[in-house]
Amino acid sequence: MKITFPHMGNMYLPIKAMFDDLGVEVVVPPKNSKKTLEIGTKYSPELICLPMKINLGNYVESIEKGADTIVVTGSCGPCRFGYFAEVEKEILKDLGYDVEFVVLEAPDGDIKEFYNRISKIANTKNMIKIAKALKGGISVLKKIDKLEEQVLKLRPYEKNKGDIDKVYKKLISNLENITGAQKMLQLISQAQRDIEKIPLDYNRDVLKVGLVGEIYTIIEDFANIDIGKKLNELGVVVHKSHSTFRWLLEHLFYNSIGGTREKDIRKAAKPYVKTMVGGHGRETIGNTIIYAKEGYDGVIQVMPFTCMPEIVAMSLLPQVQNEHDIPVMTLIIDEMTGEAGYVTRLEAYVDLLRNRREKYKNEKMLSWR
Amino acid sequence: MKKCYLGVDIGSVSTNIIVMDEDEKVLDTLYIRTQGKPIETVKKGLSQMKARLGKDVLICGVGTTGSGRNLGGIIIGADAVKNEITAHGIAALHFVPDVKTIIEIGGQDSKIILLRNGVLYDFAMNTVCAAGTGSFLDRQAERLGIPIEEFGKLALKSKATVRIAGRCAVFAESDMIHKQQLGHNQEDIINGLCEALVRNYLNNLGKGKEIQSPVIFQGGVAANIGIRKAFERILGCEVIVPRFASVMGAIGSALLAKKEVAKKGTTNFKGFEVADSNYTVKSFECEHCPNMCEVVEFYRDEIIVARWGDKCGRWSNINVQSEKLAQ
Repeated sequence: MKITFPHMGNMYLPIKAMFDDLGVEVVVPPKNSKKTLEIGTKYSPELICLPMKINLGNYVESIEKGADTIVVTGSCGPCRFGYFAEVEKEILKDLGYDVEFVVLEAPDGDIKEFYNRISKIANTKNMIKIAKALKGGISVLKKIDKLEEQVLKLRPYEKNKGDIDKVYKKLISNLENITGAQKMLQLISQAQRDIEKIPLDYNRDVLKVGLVGEIYTIIEDFANIDIGKKLNELGVVVHKSHSTFRWLLEHLFYNSIGGTREKDIRKAAKPYVKTMVGGHGRETIGNTIIYAKEGYDGVIQVMPFTCMPEIVAMSLLPQVQNEHDIPVMTLIIDEMTGEAGYVTRLEAYVDLLRNRREKYKNEKMLSWR
Repeated sequence: MKKCYLGVDIGSVSTNIIVMDEDEKVLDTLYIRTQGKPIETVKKGLSQMKARLGKDVLICGVGTTGSGRNLGGIIIGADAVKNEITAHGIAALHFVPDVKTIIEIGGQDSKIILLRNGVLYDFAMNTVCAAGTGSFLDRQAERLGIPIEEFGKLALKSKATVRIAGRCAVFAESDMIHKQQLGHNQEDIINGLCEALVRNYLNNLGKGKEIQSPVIFQGGVAANIGIRKAFERILGCEVIVPRFASVMGAIGSALLAKKEVAKKGTTNFKGFEVADSNYTVKSFECEHCPNMCEVVEFYRDEIIVARWGDKCGRWSNINVQSEKLAQ
């Protein structure tokens, strides 16, 4: 059994760590690239959203590298992601690939079936061993997510351009070539220390922008034309409203003990969206308002083309923008995206935020986080 | 010696060059077609401008904007390289200080820019489709055999309305042909087209945005009186077309250059002689990763001056060093 899974940001690293520790062979799909998207676009329904096109490309590329089992998380959620696995299964079958799909979900709340599926891919029925590997994977995920957040926060301040990227890139390539959660954790800690040593210039006048939207496009930098880095280079600190670790925390932990951290987000969104509209539509509104309250200069919504929940959110955002006095820009991305146009828009948006900042410099801008 | 500033807007359809004196008064404007050859066009524009300016003019700063702004910036040695949205906003504020809405329709792009209290407040640029832009009008005028300058005036003669589907240029064109085959007269169809484009613009860009007057209409299409009247009818307010409507981007970039030069004290302007240099572009496909980026190398007189096009920065980051090495 050779397991593969779709890419989503840095998530492939903790997953690899986990399977390494279980002694299961994994095929990490080649990094998302134009080729991945081309393959995905060729075989996907034309008007499906960008994430599925990329996922499908990942599978095909992995299968060609020898993978025979695809693991995906399921979601019976109201976004069409819940149906991805079924559609992809049929497409791959039509293409003549002989692969098995393991969807990590409990169909109709069937917990026993969920454990069956887990033990199948983990190649063991020993739940303690599985729990241990899972714990290792989660700690890698937590650390790498934190590091990424750090990078997006510090890059605009670095004295010598490219210092942070050098450490970060080296870390990622080292992690790819290493096995096991323990060693990965050590490497990440080392990188963390290296980043702390990088000379920074805090006197710079940097702006602060939050990214909202669907979790996949926010986290996967290939799907969002690496917007975080592009903004960093324009002198903007970036905060992503989603991270895989936070998502996991929410779904595996807080939900099961009855509490939820997303309460605040929902509460903030309430005047505009009272109910779940699917995907991360409500969270998009809630996060935008929270960013506004925290004194961010602006919010950018990144949308995978044809995503319905996001269109609902998008149509509400002008009102949020007016009532909370925060400029919101929407970028819709799919394989037709020409990057030059986006760069122009980002530049203009940053100019706009700078103008506003200069105007209100002596006013309420002191309340910064 | 008269101190002047140069603004260059290198768009997909037209390249505009303007000269502005120290009091920010526009002295001369030049509007030439890019015709897909931005390098040639910039060179041609510069040498024409030089001939028109005479000898007692000193260029103290240059700004570039438009989709060819980076290329042009390298050729001319620009002090300010700014995106067209900001440049248009700055220029509009210069002529109408209390402007609240800017409608800008150019060759490939259309934009809406909102300003409040003299500050850029919000903007949008056409996303998925480029319908409602100058190129489309150009093509329709050509197809009907009407000079583009006359196109808008014909719309004013219309007496009956013809509704044309304006969601997208392809649909608009086929619907137009359909209406022609039904026997509608030309004026009515052209008027219908103008209204369709305005509806398309307001539905795609103006969505959810509060359009307040004063409204300025700029960009190449602003010269089209039919579109302007259609905007006034639909918005129910006066739409101002400034005198230099088609070169506002260039004016904005000259203003930005002036500000930039005042800040740093010198200009990067390489002189009008750059028109005599030879510029070549070579490109290759980087095979380092599956992205297969097309990397563009830009040469001035056989010396490499810039590289771009790669996603990872592998090639573009070594710009400066390579220039030193090559020299």
